[in-house]
Amino acid sequence: MSTGISDYRRREESTSYSAEPAGMGLEQEMMTVNMGPHHPSTHGVLRLILTLEGEIVRDIKPIIGYVHTGIEKTAEQKAYWKVIPVVERMDYLSYYFNAYAFCGAVEKLLEVDVPKRAQYLRVIHMELNRIMSHLVWLGTSCIDLGAIGMWWYAFREREQVLDLFEMSSGQRMHTRYFQVGGVIEDIPSGWARRVKQFTKTMRERSQQYSALLDKNEIFLQRMRHTGVVDERTLIDLGVTGPLLRAAGNPWDLRKADPYCSYEDFRFRIPVGTTGDNYDRYRVRHAEILESCEIIDQAIDGLPEGPHITEDRKVALPPRHELATSMEALIHHFKLVTEGFRVPPGEVYNAIESPRGELGCFVRSDGSSKPARVHMRDPSFVNLQATAPATRDTYIADLVATLAMLDPVLGGVDR
Amino acid sequence: MEITRAKLGAPAVEGGGEEFRIQGQRARDMLRGDLTDAELEAYVEERVLTTTLDKVTAWAQGNSMFPATFGLACCAIEMMSLPGARLDIGRFGFEAFRASPRQADMLILSGRVSIKMAPIVRRIYDQMLEPRWAISMGACCSSMGVFNNYAIVPADKFMPIDVHVPGCPPRPEALAHAILKLRSKVQGHPPRGWRERYEAVGTEEVVGAADRPGVNAINVFQSGETQGA
Amino acid sequence: MPDATGLELIAQGLRDRHPDAVLDTLHFRGEATISVASAHVRDVLLALREQGYSFLASLHGVDYYPDEPRLSVHWQLLDMSAVDRICVKVRLPLDDAHVDSVVDIWPGANHPEREVYDMFGIVFDGHPDLRRILMPEDYEGHPQRRDFPVGGEPVIFTYNEDKIPGWTQ
Repeated sequence: MSTGISDYRRREESTSYSAEPAGMGLEQEMMTVNMGPHHPSTHGVLRLILTLEGEIVRDIKPIIGYVHTGIEKTAEQKAYWKVIPVVERMDYLSYYFNAYAFCGAVEKLLEVDVPKRAQYLRVIHMELNRIMSHLVWLGTSCIDLGAIGMWWYAFREREQVLDLFEMSSGQRMHTRYFQVGGVIEDIPSGWARRVKQFTKTMRERSQQYSALLDKNEIFLQRMRHTGVVDERTLIDLGVTGPLLRAAGNPWDLRKADPYCSYEDFRFRIPVGTTGDNYDRYRVRHAEILESCEIIDQAIDGLPEGPHITEDRKVALPPRHELATSMEALIHHFKLVTEGFRVPPGEVYNAIESPRGELGCFVRSDGSSKPARVHMRDPSFVNLQATAPATRDTYIADLVATLAMLDPVLGGVDR
Repeated sequence: MEITRAKLGAPAVEGGGEEFRIQGQRARDMLRGDLTDAELEAYVEERVLTTTLDKVTAWAQGNSMFPATFGLACCAIEMMSLPGARLDIGRFGFEAFRASPRQADMLILSGRVSIKMAPIVRRIYDQMLEPRWAISMGACCSSMGVFNNYAIVPADKFMPIDVHVPGCPPRPEALAHAILKLRSKVQGHPPRGWRERYEAVGTEEVVGAADRPGVNAINVFQSGETQGA
Repeated sequence: MPDATGLELIAQGLRDRHPDAVLDTLHFRGEATISVASAHVRDVLLALREQGYSFLASLHGVDYYPDEPRLSVHWQLLDMSAVDRICVKVRLPLDDAHVDSVVDIWPGANHPEREVYDMFGIVFDGHPDLRRILMPEDYEGHPQRRDFPVGGEPVIFTYNEDKIPGWTQ
């Protein structure tokens, strides 16, 4: 079956679009087509300039910058703890990761120790966020493939994750739950139980997704052997995350360079074989299950203790201390009005976001505002894989490949 | 269409009491069968077509708006969850998202509009057919929110907005509320009171005389009046 | 991360091959940084690539205003087999902000270099298509330099909408 598909594609190309078609003397002229920035299947405001030969994509140039927000510049104008909500809005599907990349970098500069409980809470939230991000990816990609039914199911589960976020932090998106030194609040009672319930349902639901998609002939035909990029090209392009893992390289910073207590958890890294769109789908689908694993382990082993560092120079004192302790009041006042000062230096903190390596570069000049914040956003780098993945394929495969590359334009443009 | 902003002139109904008396008299004439052909036609045109039909049109438009599939940033994700299983905006007839601006009635600006994007947004808005409405969703395109910097423009700078939704991002419920507000606006019951509250009486948008000669129309619709219908 | 000794060894190896390439080394918070002269950026990056730092994780610009030379480019290199990171940085004066492009070594440097050019005005010699990437093509100025104003506009509310130019004017 599979070889049949690829043979068909090759045959089509060789007969219709060869240099000298038999008899007709037909000359194919290249056509340049603009796609986007307002296009339903570009996942935001990506603009592509396609050079087409008939229905075959010969060249593709992404044009970006349509949601450039100047977040890195804005971050330089704000105190460190006010930067967190700003950077969260970069890649709007993985806000916990953005916040952690920045907080981790500042913690590295400050040399603050994060309590174990805060680290576990961070892991739980980040993995819930990973599930949420993959669910949005699954839903929107399936719309692009014409399967709107999948979208309803994916967004149904997404609402459950957002309910959990709302319960623990009060917001659905951009929660600003992570603080420098820990998390802003301990989890409410009953939250852990609901998370366990959610992972249980999520496992069942992901089985249902498999039942819907894995044996769907149309889905398979559009996924298999399309958008193939080999591992070497991906590494040269700087691509990380599920795309690289789908090509067979098990590079995952959670395993390779554990941060935030990821070394405490037992989980596997899903790896693909050929690096086509189907592998990308399978890898992300399996990652949802592995995230459920991690969440369960973190909830079971959630240590007791403070949820934020005891260092009063960095973290706000607890509310009840303000009534009794003058020192706490002074710290509170200093932190709220001025923020904390960070020793001068430069760090680069890399974590594994749902789309790959999310690195945050922070340069401090000793004041209470960062001198430079730069996010190495995986979507920005991964977008360069569009051209090698879609060159010489059908324009219909371009949409499928773009969906499976999963660029988030807020992260691309920042 | 050129729209100018001007102080409203004379009140819409001149000598309201007198006109009402005449109208009542003519209604009685019609019921008695006293109106002849030309008068009857004029009566029907005035009483049925311009008011009742407008009301019906407004009712239909307000209940079945097609939003354009147009996502910009974070708010787009919340906008997408609006037709989802939990909120199901299809209950109110707003679920048919249209990819082409030609088919859409309503543009939901969901997210931040950069200076690179603003001309394109304006173009999409211009491509939409009248009557059209726009909702600016979220802090960024309403007031630039936290990103008041070199790259972002608020939507009010380049296009008219009917409803602003606060929040960063607003909950889907907030957007649903905004859509229902827009519906009530379209159907002829604009929420009153805010112009008085903000000392902004007289800032209603007045359609230029070139577009609708003889009509000093305002687009905060009076009962039974719609723009361009 | 290479420890402080490992960093010195790497720097010494680079000095042996290119005598005046390495200006300084810094080991800070467990992160290794090598400052290089702008003429030898390509040599150093190629040498490090041969040593195993073959993954270009990040490329970004920094403005060190008011220090001189002001501008800077950082290359974050990653050794995937040893899980090792090293940062190469170069300082560039404002009036001569030129550095060699590495797009032919790492094709993935294409977009980041364009971003640095767009935001800081650093020209990458040898880049195949050096244009603005995030800002509009006719934009003037390089927004992320420290002396570029943040900008922003007054917010239009109903009470001041006739004073601030909006869509109607």
